[in-house]
Amino acid sequence: MKKARVVYAGAVHEAFEASDGLLKLQDGRIVNENDVQWLTPFEPRTVFALGLNYADHASELAFNAPEEPLVFLKGPNTFVGHRGESERPDGVTFMHYECELAVVIGRTARNVKKEDAYDVVAGYTIANDYAFRDLLENYYRPNLRVKNRDYCTPLGPWFTDAEDVDDPMNLQLRTYVNGELTQEGTTANMIFDIPGLIEYLSSFMTLGEGDVILTGTPKGTVNVEPGDEVVTEIEGLGRLTSTVTGKKVTAGE
Amino acid sequence: MQKVRVRLAGREHALEASVDPTGSSLMYEGVQQNIEELQYDTVVSGTVYGTLLNFKGALAKMGEEVYQDPYKKPPEAPVLYIKPRNTLTSHNRPVPLPEGSDTLQAGPTLGVVIGRTASKVQKEHALDYVLGYTVVNDVTVPHESVFRPAVKHRARDGFCPIGPWIVEKDCLGSPDDLTIRCWVNGRLVQENTTRSLVRNVRQLIADVTEFMTLNEGDTLLVGVAEDPPLIKAGDRVRIHVEGVGILENAVVPEAELSAVKGGRS
Repeated sequence: MKKARVVYAGAVHEAFEASDGLLKLQDGRIVNENDVQWLTPFEPRTVFALGLNYADHASELAFNAPEEPLVFLKGPNTFVGHRGESERPDGVTFMHYECELAVVIGRTARNVKKEDAYDVVAGYTIANDYAFRDLLENYYRPNLRVKNRDYCTPLGPWFTDAEDVDDPMNLQLRTYVNGELTQEGTTANMIFDIPGLIEYLSSFMTLGEGDVILTGTPKGTVNVEPGDEVVTEIEGLGRLTSTVTGKKVTAGE
Repeated sequence: MQKVRVRLAGREHALEASVDPTGSSLMYEGVQQNIEELQYDTVVSGTVYGTLLNFKGALAKMGEEVYQDPYKKPPEAPVLYIKPRNTLTSHNRPVPLPEGSDTLQAGPTLGVVIGRTASKVQKEHALDYVLGYTVVNDVTVPHESVFRPAVKHRARDGFCPIGPWIVEKDCLGSPDDLTIRCWVNGRLVQENTTRSLVRNVRQLIADVTEFMTLNEGDTLLVGVAEDPPLIKAGDRVRIHVEGVGILENAVVPEAELSAVKGGRS
């Protein structure tokens, strides 16, 4: 089942997929999806994100593939729902999206072995882990000034139950900027797969319900500008829409 | 009398209390209790953000390295990291020593607890957003390189004792000249002051909230001074931040702790 959190008529509701363009609220009301505001599908607890977890993206950024997962953390301020806005700061010359499969942990977990890892997964959603290359510095890189800006990690639209995803390691990821396909890959190409990441993280810390792992992005991250509409799509999970805001700068200015 | 917020073990909410001038007893709900006879839970409710290289001496220790690969130049913006939920613990609770490690590094520091939503705050108004201050031991597995995020080193279970309480801002005056002392097994091993910060509390709040919002209950650690003590199994680490309080924790091998946990369930 797919579940969202939306604001409709002044209250927060759980919402489910109905037919084309319609949502069913938990009280049975059917509403048009254009009449709601989408929140993140749940409030994330500890959020891990992976850098350079696809070999083709690592080489795109001129890095060797890591020997150990490159993990960083995100705070709650950075998340924003479907159809939200993410600001490109003034003066930044390169902002790119990152379409990522987000794995949601369903229960307390410590020292989980790979073969048991899917037992602790509650479900999946889509993340767009925007980055601002100009703001990167070489201390605990990528640091929070790049990866934890307010509203710069769209998450959603849906939380999809794990049982509805046959093989999370074989899903197509696609990103469209203003309708044009700019990024395409498959979760099959992750360097560290979902069971490996859960084993790795839980080997040194306790995971809890509501923790989320953003599993990295494949090749094809291009610059986006204020006004661009970015759709990150994952097979079977939906399409997450985000709009880039900020001051438009004309070329040569 | 000092006004504090404290969360006693087993209670869902923090409560307002006061500490007597000798720092030995806590008064709450009309009762007076010896501080060491009480058990405490983690008093901060939001996200805990640590700051790297924010003591002048810690930055100076890197020397010319900051100009070399992989760093290339000294940090310009605050370098933050997150101490996630699983790391948070409180006064007198054990710090687990992971299997396979024999030494950890203590991280005596001041925690600045945010009292209301702080976004793009100006330096002169920064303290308006502060609820109070607390004592923090930002424990880490020692690591030389600070090029990549140190989640495996810093985010282990129980690696962030905080407390025992939050001292309300008005009880403290300025946060810019507080002595931070650390004893291991009764021996004074580190002493520094918030005078030596690269960014003082006001500046840090301003520079951090320029790019991310701090919410009520979030806690910003001002950083760890140079030469933090190394600690081993059985060590008792006592941290005193002047005017804020004393936080004490012992290092206990993880295997011993899970044995206790297993016995309970």
